[in-house]
Amino acid sequence: MREAPDTTTVDMRDPRVVEAIDRYWRRNVRIMVALLVVWAVAGLGCGVLFADVLNRFQLGGFPLGFWFAQQGSILVFLVLILVYALLLNRLDDQHHVELARIGSGAHPDSEP
Amino acid sequence: MSVQAWTFLFVAISFGVYLLIAWLSRVSDTSGFYVAGRGVPAIANGMATAADWMSAASFLSMAGMISTLGYTGGMYLMGWTGGYVLLALLLAPYLRKFGHYTVPDFIGDRYESNAARMVAVVCAIFISFTYVAGQMRGVGIVFSRFLEVDITVGVVIGMAIVFVYATLGGMKGITWTQVAQYWVLITAFLVPAIAISFKLTGHAVPQIGMGSSLLSDGIPLLEKLDGLHADLGFASYTQPFTGAWSRGNVFCVTLALMAGTAGLPHVIVRFYTVKTVRAARWSAFWALLFISLLYLTAPATAAFARYYMIDSLHGKTAAELPDWFHNWRRTGLILWLDDGDGRLSYTGDGDAERARANEVFRGGTLGATELVDIEVAHQRWLDSSGANGADGREVLRARGLSGPDQDIIVLATPEMANLAGWIIALVAAGGLAAALSTASGLLLVISSSVAHDFYFRIVNPAATEAQRLVLGRVVIGLAVVIAGLLGIFPPGFVSQVVAFAFGLAAASFFPAIVLGIFSKRVSTVPAMAGMIAGIVFTASYIIGSVYAGMPSWCFDIGPQGIGAVGMALNFAVTLLLAPFFPAPSRAVREMIESIHEPEGAGPALRIEAAPEH
Repeated sequence: MREAPDTTTVDMRDPRVVEAIDRYWRRNVRIMVALLVVWAVAGLGCGVLFADVLNRFQLGGFPLGFWFAQQGSILVFLVLILVYALLLNRLDDQHHVELARIGSGAHPDSEP
Repeated sequence: MSVQAWTFLFVAISFGVYLLIAWLSRVSDTSGFYVAGRGVPAIANGMATAADWMSAASFLSMAGMISTLGYTGGMYLMGWTGGYVLLALLLAPYLRKFGHYTVPDFIGDRYESNAARMVAVVCAIFISFTYVAGQMRGVGIVFSRFLEVDITVGVVIGMAIVFVYATLGGMKGITWTQVAQYWVLITAFLVPAIAISFKLTGHAVPQIGMGSSLLSDGIPLLEKLDGLHADLGFASYTQPFTGAWSRGNVFCVTLALMAGTAGLPHVIVRFYTVKTVRAARWSAFWALLFISLLYLTAPATAAFARYYMIDSLHGKTAAELPDWFHNWRRTGLILWLDDGDGRLSYTGDGDAERARANEVFRGGTLGATELVDIEVAHQRWLDSSGANGADGREVLRARGLSGPDQDIIVLATPEMANLAGWIIALVAAGGLAAALSTASGLLLVISSSVAHDFYFRIVNPAATEAQRLVLGRVVIGLAVVIAGLLGIFPPGFVSQVVAFAFGLAAASFFPAIVLGIFSKRVSTVPAMAGMIAGIVFTASYIIGSVYAGMPSWCFDIGPQGIGAVGMALNFAVTLLLAPFFPAPSRAVREMIESIHEPEGAGPALRIEAAPEH
């Protein structure tokens, strides 16, 4: 387990806390929307909507659209979830540290 | 050793392991029973989720469907994996932070309505029973084909095993058994695929072998398949949007399967079993990684099997036909009704002439006596040069039974490639593992829906821990018996009803949960109206087109894809109504804020702090 400074004493009405939580949520939504766009383009776009166009190109022994429908999209999905887990867990850590700092009375901008 | 001896050995060993795990992980409280005490590591939860998700349909039927459909089969691959992206990004971490036991828990608490909770309970039970019936059919097929025992005996054995580990260990027992079942099923799927790939193309990695040239004549496999398909009148293997599968239809089915996957209660509930929000994210990744091992291999198996199927059957005489054909003919999964020239002709329905020339069929839901009648009449028709009897090919074609059953692909491919007996036996153990692991996860959803959501949350909130645990075990026991009966007396509509389950999950749960998490404005009435609109539209469209012969009036979309439209309708109704109704109560808004945020003393942390066991 990572080190867990106590954040249970954080005052939820503190404007700095409200701001930190807002910032966390906006970043979270931004990451999510970006990844979902890739999801839609790779799966529903390359795999379905443009499959006939992509099939004019070859990838190894595969027509490209066919490859996206049966292999490529799955690989993209896997990478998307990996990236999401890495980015969001890091964001959680930053958020945790930020809240702990507010809780311990330090100004959030006093350290790099 | 014979194939049957190997099969007995593998099945006995794997069943022994499942029972041992069940005994080691028995539980004594509701937290252990429903969410495994929330103590499952992310990677183990990922394996359990993968085994839970990959059903008899994924293991036995999916490669077969791809083999038959070619490009279009990719919609199952994309739909059933793409749903995990939605699950991981939109649902899993937030539901974990919410921290109760079930999907109806979330719907009921978020929308502050027992009516909404009840709708969710009914949907969860319906979806689960639909699914379980399919699993039991899979168990029956494996037992009857490989061990040559009666289907009834096979189902009873399977049910007895699930009964023991599900009632003893609840979610904890099921989770750890599923981890073992995952390894059994993935080994059973990969070993034959690797062996066949090596044999056909010289590449040990099936995903590469699929894109390589055949060792026999140096032509790339996919090019060869496209050529054979064109010659024999089948739709192209690699080109999209052929026949009934228009672009719009493939799009809708893919989207409906994706949203349906993310809305299926037995998958969602797995993310309640991990320790933390961050573990929920990781476990979604592990789950898709383990699932993709099978899903990336299935299209390769499908292409290899397609090649073997055409190559070893078309144009052959009875004496030249391979052993596997004769073995499987007895099961009714593949039939040959000759036109009198003594050579088998396997052709597609690209044009009327080729469709008439096809001589390969399947028994489908026809009984053994009906099939014998058709074959006898066909023989009379042949002997009398058409004067007496009836052309069995026309009879079966009229019933839509052209071509072999798709389940034969995975079951018979190792035999097609003449692999060793133990590899063929491994497939039997893998098929059973896939069916049993999914069945047990679904049975737990049924049990928690009745004992937790209905009894504890609605009927008797004062019920003690001990009462709830007893009721949970009794319900799971009853559900096992009902599921067993569905396996022994399979309702003929099972395959159509599975499309129903996905459509319903996409049109009801998915929008309600997503809006419940991401909107603080949507309250009870708009959400209920949306769910009901989605369910009624989707259900009536599917029932209408499957049973009443209704034309696909909605942009030509078939019943499998209509869940995507139902989902859009649900979202639209909910969002349009939301501004006209008061916002949810303060308590609910605070709950939503707390699940948006990974920190703080939300309900998840309180449960975490509670003593375990």
